[in-house]
Amino acid sequence: MAKHSNLKEKFIHGLFLFNGLLVVIVLAGIFVLLVSKSAPAFKEIPLWGFLFKSTWNPTATFVSPTYGMGSMLVSTFMVSIGALAIAVPLGIGTAAYLSDIASPRVREIAKPVIEILAGIPSVVIGFLGIVLVGPVISKIFRLSSGLNALNGSILLAVMALPTIISLTEDALKSVPLSFKEASLALGATHWQTIVKVKIPAAASGIVAACMLGMGRAIGETMTVLMATGCSIAMPKGFLSSVQTITSTIAIELGEVPYNTTHYYALFAIGLVLFIITFIVNMISDIVLHKYQKVVK
Amino acid sequence: MRKIICLITMSAILLLGANIAMAKSDMVEIKGSDTLINVVQKLAETYMSGHPGSRISVTGGGSGTGIAALINKRCDIANSSRGIKSKEVEDANTQGVNPKRVVVAIDGLSIITNAKNPIDRLTVDEIGKIYRGDVKNWKDLGGSDTPINLYGRQSNSGTYDFMKEVVMKGEYSPNMKSMNGNAQIVEAVKQDLGGIGYVGVGYVKDAAGITVMQVASDPTLGYFSPLNPMDVKSGKYPITRPLNQYLNGDPKGAVKDFLVFELSKEGQDIVESEGFFAIPHEYHKYNNSTLGRTGEPEAKDTKYSVEGRDGA
Repeated sequence: MAKHSNLKEKFIHGLFLFNGLLVVIVLAGIFVLLVSKSAPAFKEIPLWGFLFKSTWNPTATFVSPTYGMGSMLVSTFMVSIGALAIAVPLGIGTAAYLSDIASPRVREIAKPVIEILAGIPSVVIGFLGIVLVGPVISKIFRLSSGLNALNGSILLAVMALPTIISLTEDALKSVPLSFKEASLALGATHWQTIVKVKIPAAASGIVAACMLGMGRAIGETMTVLMATGCSIAMPKGFLSSVQTITSTIAIELGEVPYNTTHYYALFAIGLVLFIITFIVNMISDIVLHKYQKVVK
Repeated sequence: MRKIICLITMSAILLLGANIAMAKSDMVEIKGSDTLINVVQKLAETYMSGHPGSRISVTGGGSGTGIAALINKRCDIANSSRGIKSKEVEDANTQGVNPKRVVVAIDGLSIITNAKNPIDRLTVDEIGKIYRGDVKNWKDLGGSDTPINLYGRQSNSGTYDFMKEVVMKGEYSPNMKSMNGNAQIVEAVKQDLGGIGYVGVGYVKDAAGITVMQVASDPTLGYFSPLNPMDVKSGKYPITRPLNQYLNGDPKGAVKDFLVFELSKEGQDIVESEGFFAIPHEYHKYNNSTLGRTGEPEAKDTKYSVEGRDGA
């Protein structure tokens, strides 16, 4: 009997080890695939021009095809940083309200509603971008078309909000009650307590929340594909149409002939996207650890 | 108890497997051109209501996507608003696929602008200049002082290719906004005073808020509208094109039945009611040879077909 349960123990141990390793293997596999598929692209495309020139026209037939992802890089950063600029203040404000000010009744209603927001499919949000946000933007700024980077930023902000709100609220809640009590006892107002004590104490969690929100914004495809107008020229500002890295892959990978320079180049821009999100996640991890040490 | 659950699960899996296998055998999968999707969907609905038990699924994604799916054997029929490219034929042959073409409808590719734009006619040359980015303001074409906003399709679209290869004969301006489909272009141009777009004629039939341009290849020969069936059928409208379906090898079974229905009088009436045009006699001859109905030789293509260039 003892032997049997020992075997079972070992089996379960092995199973969990396998599950843990599987994640690492999948990640490593994706990375290897991306590198091996994108490497042939650089035999024909100079790396510098690929990253910084904005001349993406791989299906050109009247001139020779050109591969330069500069405008896509700028577009991707513009849209996601714009989204953060909208979502971070709103998200932290909402989280502070929910954790410190709202009555339990309001919280009970508001929290599930915010979670439902997270479940709206991206294609539906993209649709709202076309029929609602786009026309409003074109009216406010007197533009002929509302499909631009600002539209994408607003929609991505809506999509990143639930992540930022719930993670920030968790972080604020995990600040020990004694911090708040001490602050109030010293004569600080409620506002001062939230802004000067609670939010700094929860900073690590908040930064992690924002970085996760940014990760979502950079990788989002359908919404930006529908709402940003997809024009490959270098954007002149938030009111120009932009085409992000994800949009380009989504549009072109479906019909690209296999094992051509174009095919490899699409993997190469995918690799760039992978590296960007990897860096974003790593920064959030480093920040998280740093602040955790400070709080301790 | 466990055994029973196990048994139920296994039989469920088996049933599901059988179901999928059955579905595969008599289901016709059609994929591709966004220009063709509405009309083929209508054809499929009518066909299915007349043939109980038959199942046809029609999805979009663009001509390029459809042909790629045909090459990878993920669909039975690929809708395409352009001719198949020689590279695609090569790819298909290496995959053991032998693409055959059927022409199901004629399209007068329509150039649209906002209804408030006073310009109502353009030459093919001017359209090329506009989309290549050589002309940037409507005032250069005799209109008001409004910047031109280009709306086009994404590169997986057959209409995108047709426009580039046959009408513009050059590369698109990088400032063109790439839309997901015909309907989105119509919507965008409706809202944009300086907008211009290109869509299949089936999408402009009832659309309000836009002007359908009259187009001339040579202004001395006159301008023609794609909304006039006679001008499109006679080829006077300069940007007329056949809308194609590609299949793998000689059609048989449900695929052949459906193709025969599409090309019948009833099928072609549906094509016309959706705003496109019925195919002329020479294409019927061509289709018959594909379907193996008569031994007549393949018909020559019109001069605006992309096929010549692609050597298909």
